Amino acid sequence: MDPLGFILDPMAYGFMQRGLIAALLVGIVCAVMGTFVVLKGLAFIGDAVSHAAFPGLVIAYIVGAPLYIGGAIAAVATALAIGIVSRRGRLRFDTAVGVLFAGTFAFGVMLFSTIKGYVADLLGYLLGNVLGIGIGDLVQVAFLGAVVLIIVLAVRKELLFATFDPLGAAASGLPVAGLEYLLLALLGVTIVVSIQAVGIIMVVAMLVTPAATAQLLVVRFGRMMAVAVVLAAVSAVVGLYLSFYLNLASGASIVLVETLLFVIALILGPKTGLLSRAARGAAIAPSG
Amino acid sequence: MTNDPSLEGRGIPVVEETIAADRAVPAAAQPSVVLDGVTAAYGRRTALADVTLSIPSGSLLAVIGPNGAGKSTLLKLIAGLMRPSSGRITVLGGPPGTAASSIAYLPQAEAVDWEFPVTVREVVTMGRYARLGFWHEPGREDRDRVAAALATVGMADSGERQIGALSGGQRRRVFLARAIAADPELYLLDEPVTGVDARTQEDLMDVLEAEARSGKTVIATTHDLICAAQRFHQAALVNGRLVAHGSADLVLDRRLLSETYGGHVLVLPGDGEGLIIDDAHHHDEAPKGERHYHDGTR
Repeated sequence: MDPLGFILDPMAYGFMQRGLIAALLVGIVCAVMGTFVVLKGLAFIGDAVSHAAFPGLVIAYIVGAPLYIGGAIAAVATALAIGIVSRRGRLRFDTAVGVLFAGTFAFGVMLFSTIKGYVADLLGYLLGNVLGIGIGDLVQVAFLGAVVLIIVLAVRKELLFATFDPLGAAASGLPVAGLEYLLLALLGVTIVVSIQAVGIIMVVAMLVTPAATAQLLVVRFGRMMAVAVVLAAVSAVVGLYLSFYLNLASGASIVLVETLLFVIALILGPKTGLLSRAARGAAIAPSG
Repeated sequence: MTNDPSLEGRGIPVVEETIAADRAVPAAAQPSVVLDGVTAAYGRRTALADVTLSIPSGSLLAVIGPNGAGKSTLLKLIAGLMRPSSGRITVLGGPPGTAASSIAYLPQAEAVDWEFPVTVREVVTMGRYARLGFWHEPGREDRDRVAAALATVGMADSGERQIGALSGGQRRRVFLARAIAADPELYLLDEPVTGVDARTQEDLMDVLEAEARSGKTVIATTHDLICAAQRFHQAALVNGRLVAHGSADLVLDRRLLSETYGGHVLVLPGDGEGLIIDDAHHHDEAPKGERHYHDGTR
């Protein structure tokens, strides 16, 4: 097969066109948000919020409302509740998140079990299927993704300061608590936007992995975000083509490409690279 | 020399005036920070009780006391990062937080993630963010001020380095540069000279002294009694309460220090002066906010 055909043939299908656009959008938004998720240590919260979106999706399904709306309300509400617990709570933070996370998901599963009949729509949200995305969903993904990106870029420098040094930022007059709630709400929206592409269980990988890989490669915030976006976009494209040609689950393919890039960076990267570390160790060993 | 008693009588006030102009505060200075009966607590644990303190503009004040004495709490109260459970605080003429863009706060080194992917210049530029406001990117004036602040602390050539690659002393220099770049009226510095080499300590104190002379107010916590005695103008001794406050050379005496540190001050008999050594057990490795006692002081 000629290389051009290899790339262009799948694009003859409408579902591949929509899937690629959706995967790119989701990958880019997740990578931008993921930079803050990684630097603020919010990975576990991201996982919790994505699971908490499930009861929202189920309730929306039962009452016949748009699923996105139900998921978004549940995700954002959970994200903000976690923010409040982290500021006011007396429990250890990860304990409180763990309780909330499991409880909300169980609530979703319970509601799900009350639905009679075939509910493939909802099951799709657990593992995601970016190739099944319709034109209406794609418009919603694009709109919500653009909103998240515009807001994050608008308060980029304040979020950076508040993430790096919350006390210094608050003392200088930045609304640090407000910025944290904003970040959590945007995280909720991002997760809901991403669920259809990669599913509840794998959303956290889209958020964390490209940014984590970028952190292994560069030492500046702006570059870390840019590298994360590039890695996410590459993973979306490569993952989707793998999915097409090898007939694999699309969400899992994208996540696995991201994970592979992370492992490569871990081994070969300049900062924490196991190889460069071994080389340094070898260089030091004779003299020591 | 004269025997005229009226002239001799004038001698003392003149000396005091010299001291006042040189080391302390102009008499007419407005108070920069006023605390009136301030008590603060973490949950049910009282960190500071009934502190009344007036700090004039142009002060160079060392806040001294053992770990867990409430030094950082005092700074956080003034910075508006924490609310008192009772009492009144006035900062630059208003309640804490209202003049935030005129305040530069330097956190303890332990409170910072040094692996964070930012360069020295990016950190110092953060000092400008509150003045810039949302949407606005740093402009020429901001870049100039950042460059000037880096030069002031002797880090002009290190702007592009990642903060994690710096030594402890260089990190403190960078954070002080961030404070300077903010062009504040009030510096609140949590352990600015802890864990730095002697050269850095001297350099940083030179900078702070110059800021105080230009009318800025500098309040810094420190563990270093020698630095406090030699380089600061005023000192406040705290140990859950305000033990003493005044001119640094008057306050840093044997009796008040042992009252502040409990059993943790060793006074060596010397040539009548006595050498005071901060107990080596009082290191800076205790987790943030943790009370740290060794004996029956409570």
